[in-house]
Amino acid sequence: MRAGVAPRPLVRGPALTRAALVLGAGGALLLAALVVGIGLGSVSIAPDDVLRVLGHRLLGIGAPSGVSDAVETIVIDLRLPRVLGAMVVGAGLACAGTVFQAILRNPMADPYIIGTAAGASLGATIGIVLPLIVPALAIGAGSAWLGLGVVQLLAFGGGVGTVLIVIAIARSGGRLPSVTLLLTGYAVSSLLAAGVALLMFASGRALAAIFSWLMGSLAAVSWIDLAIAAPVVLGVFVALFARWRSLNLLLLGDGPAAHLGLDVGREKLRLTMLATLATSAAVAISGTIGFVGLVVPHLLRLAVGPDHRLLLPASVLLGAALLVMADLGARLAGGIPVGVVTAVVGAPFFLWLLRRSRRVSAPNSA
Amino acid sequence: MTAVVEISGLEVSYEADALPRRVVLRGLDLTVEAGDFMALLGPNGSGKTTLLRAIAGTLRRDAGSVALFGRDLDAWSRVALARRVAVLPQSLVLPDGFRVSELVEMGRAPHATRWFGSSAEDAEAVERALADADALDLAERHADELSGGERQRVLVAMALAQQPELLLLDEPTLHLDIAHQASLLATVGRLRARRGLTVIAVLHDLNLAAAYAPRIAVLGAGRVAADGEPEAVLRPDLVREAFGVAVDEARTADGRRFLVPHAGSVVRNEPSARDGRITG
Repeated sequence: MRAGVAPRPLVRGPALTRAALVLGAGGALLLAALVVGIGLGSVSIAPDDVLRVLGHRLLGIGAPSGVSDAVETIVIDLRLPRVLGAMVVGAGLACAGTVFQAILRNPMADPYIIGTAAGASLGATIGIVLPLIVPALAIGAGSAWLGLGVVQLLAFGGGVGTVLIVIAIARSGGRLPSVTLLLTGYAVSSLLAAGVALLMFASGRALAAIFSWLMGSLAAVSWIDLAIAAPVVLGVFVALFARWRSLNLLLLGDGPAAHLGLDVGREKLRLTMLATLATSAAVAISGTIGFVGLVVPHLLRLAVGPDHRLLLPASVLLGAALLVMADLGARLAGGIPVGVVTAVVGAPFFLWLLRRSRRVSAPNSA
Repeated sequence: MTAVVEISGLEVSYEADALPRRVVLRGLDLTVEAGDFMALLGPNGSGKTTLLRAIAGTLRRDAGSVALFGRDLDAWSRVALARRVAVLPQSLVLPDGFRVSELVEMGRAPHATRWFGSSAEDAEAVERALADADALDLAERHADELSGGERQRVLVAMALAQQPELLLLDEPTLHLDIAHQASLLATVGRLRARRGLTVIAVLHDLNLAAAYAPRIAVLGAGRVAADGEPEAVLRPDLVREAFGVAVDEARTADGRRFLVPHAGSVVRNEPSARDGRITG
């Protein structure tokens, strides 16, 4: 055994200054993304005008901005819902990705991995195709319930329902083994993807609509979408953040987590459902946007460490900011799918990060 | 005084598709008193790890009862159990990115009183666990920078941070060199005396077990085949019976017995007997 004992205090709480720095930077980045995301487009609006309009109209600060009504309309009615939509979707996906990477102990896990995307896609595809087959449905298709579209509702239900089925199949004796969950999710996803493919094949003139939904887009986000999705994502984040200790313990593996007092089966079930709610809410208003939910938690685990007390809020902030910027890029590039932007920008950066990082980038190195 | 562990008629089997049900423990009885340091020996597949898991409550039993501290295992919640029983598992991949002190702090999870941070009591327990496991000098290191021996000390510290009364060790000396094996078991022995721990450790090295554990139990045929002081249990005839290998015995200068296998002397090698696979 070694002689020599470390003289300094051994247990520091979470390094508060560092946490404040990280979250402060994340918040600043998000604010910058908000202003730039609203300011840029076919009509450019100066940052101080954006801030003045937002301040006056949303917070009631300051005098009427003095900008023209047209500019106010662009800011508040056209661009703000879209930017907020990007924030909600980015935050929800990053949050869910963080959780799935922890409970599956798999660095390749993303929010869609256990079937959410396939279920939501099938739901949305049915929602798009159905009015064509049953014309009577087309009349009410625009606003089915609370002003939400049939497509959004079916996408949300499809995502949540699929995960419930996957869990029911994967669960055995109160346990929810990660490998079984992954494989079951994969198999069920494949089955549902076949359904999507079949519907696309038979869809005729709806093909473009289905395709555009599958690529993901924030162009059609409405205030009603936001009013439903934002509270879901926020609520899920709060509930997950409250379970930071469980998330940290699960990084040790199911057995050790149980020895440390965690009811592993039940806790994994809870966390999976929470992450699925956030994912489904995000997907319902935007379609399946890839890469954000995979890269953001991964990147931040390298940058700020694996402690979920910091990782989870940091992921939410960065995920939100990143998707706003990606969506801006998609708009400026002439309305290409935002998923293309997240992949084109994200993938090379991700590869560079992988090459550069000394530490193994997985939650564990096994 | 109630026993720390009281097992009677324990039966555990594993289901395997297309194979007969594998019965590992068949009617095992065992009592472990407070302050015992018991080494659990037995051939591969004799159910040592299974028994440890049955005590830790992470296994489904077919029959029999397990009571810890005089209370049936089924009546314990996971948290209540984790406050009194710590397990050092055979394989634990430490997640990257945490400092050792943070990992050891995870051992405080069952005692957590604060929603967000840790209490002064937690800090004190972590520091004491690190000191007890001779891991104070590792506190600021990262998990992926540790050698095998250091890693094992960290795992011991994590378990000690739980402030358990019963410590279950599954092959704690695996992958350690002889010096680290000795120091780990010496540490455990010291802690038993200093903190009043009860220890059950799965070990493979008969001589190592005899040197450090005052009590040795040998599993065979799904039961405790032999149980007692090292001198009484590790006899060539019993070892031959339990492990199917002929050994010579010799004495150290201070009179302790040690056992050395006869070269080329495996007397019983049928897999069905050795791994306890019993049909039906």
